[in-house]
Amino acid sequence: MSALGQHAAFILGSYGAAVLVIGGLTAWILADHRARKAELAALDARRAPESP
Amino acid sequence: MPSITALANPTRFMAYSAKLLPWLGGAAAILFAIGFYGAFFAAPADYQQGQTIRIMYVHVPAAWLGMFFYTLMTASAVGALVWRHPLAEVAQKAAAPIGAAFTLVCLLTGALWGRPMWGAYWVWDARLTSMLVLLLIYLAIMALWRTIDEPTQAGRVVSILTLVGFVNIPIIKFSVDWWNTLHQPASVFRMDGPTIHPSMLWPLLVCALAFSLFAIWLHLMAMRTEVMRRRIRTLTILAADRADRAPSALEGLAR
Amino acid sequence: MSAFLALVRRDLALSFRIGGGASFALVFFLMIVTLTPFAIGPDLNLLSRIAPAILWIGAVLATLIGLDRLFQADAEDGTLDVLKAGDLPLEGVVLAKCLAHWLTTGLPLAVAAPLFGLMLAMEPAAMLAAALSLLVGTPALTFIGAVGAGLTASIRRGGVLIAIMALPLMIPTLIFGVAACNAAMGGTVPFATPFAILCALTLAFAVIGTLGAAAGLRQID
Repeated sequence: MSALGQHAAFILGSYGAAVLVIGGLTAWILADHRARKAELAALDARRAPESP
Repeated sequence: MPSITALANPTRFMAYSAKLLPWLGGAAAILFAIGFYGAFFAAPADYQQGQTIRIMYVHVPAAWLGMFFYTLMTASAVGALVWRHPLAEVAQKAAAPIGAAFTLVCLLTGALWGRPMWGAYWVWDARLTSMLVLLLIYLAIMALWRTIDEPTQAGRVVSILTLVGFVNIPIIKFSVDWWNTLHQPASVFRMDGPTIHPSMLWPLLVCALAFSLFAIWLHLMAMRTEVMRRRIRTLTILAADRADRAPSALEGLAR
Repeated sequence: MSAFLALVRRDLALSFRIGGGASFALVFFLMIVTLTPFAIGPDLNLLSRIAPAILWIGAVLATLIGLDRLFQADAEDGTLDVLKAGDLPLEGVVLAKCLAHWLTTGLPLAVAAPLFGLMLAMEPAAMLAAALSLLVGTPALTFIGAVGAGLTASIRRGGVLIAIMALPLMIPTLIFGVAACNAAMGGTVPFATPFAILCALTLAFAVIGTLGAAAGLRQID
């Protein structure tokens, strides 16, 4: 990483921070999506026998 | 090509967004690869800032997206208030955390860029300060979303706050610029130097496009989740309603 | 007009009664002016230099007091429904309530500012500037707060939420309020420049705040 010069830590740090924040957001959005999908499927399954 | 009114129907939105999502994700991945190759290998180091210029390829797209998502929320707020459209509320709610996250990335990368360039992690530079206030407004909007339970009322109330915030952004920008020129020590390095060289411009544009496509992917994903959340809410209320009317159905639910 | 004045009079009467908060803001303001020297030390030179900042931060925080009940009390006991059905437009109702709020918070702060300025070793010119800037600047703070109060009128425990929503929007007023005081203490710009912008901010927020708060109150069924 010496190619990045004396400020390599700051450059990699800023990319790391971006990955951390955007990655965290992505993980949260995907987890939320999956949870709601499962919840909706469970609700539909419960409703199905009642409504013809 | 579906018209915008057809897309505004939640069911159609779910169908079209499902088709669009993989294409968006794939295009973003390819552009990220090209953009970061350009940022790290093709683009030269800056004669003044050296290698730290490579932070620009995240910092600038993040700043741009932080502002873009506020504009998107404002447009959705108008849609929610004037046409009372539920999908506008959904778009607005899904945009807030994404815009806040990109604004935060802009601030963090700005701080890490500032340390080698200005000698301090945080300087009260006019642009950084304006972005900080933008983050505060995002956080306030997210706090208000979390407070009101009923989605339609929440949507309208937040829409008003979003619009008031939008009217305030130029006032805040003007104030901070004025405050900054009054206090700014003269020796601080300015980012708006000479026009950017093409060898640095194309990776920046590709990175900006990649980040934008990825952000839109996230936004569509969050919107789909929100549509499902509302459907769950409606179904639960309906089920509770039915259980209320026919006590025997309660057993079916409890099972 | 008579309905407007009657509403102002009613709100003033309520805030001076037991349970009203007419004097709270002033007491809170005094507390902040007292606490700050304990935090930064009794150096009079330093205090007189940052006195405008202390007074304005105090004013911004003191304005938040009472905002959570600005519309909430009326929304809870049904007065708001009566006001909505009345002849006075909802914007007029908001304006009247903001005026009453300012008369019991902003105005006392502006009047008391010279007295508190003495404790912070301010020059007479700076004291006058502080009082003037608070006089024309605090209405803007009330109007910004009114938007938050209008949006959270139906929410229990909206107090902190109002602060979170209103404080970022109060930054421009704070900047030009302090700048006007500093200009009077001998800055690079004449006093009139930030003072005129401060007046403009108050007028702009009178419009934005009234419309925003009324729009928020309309969302309550």
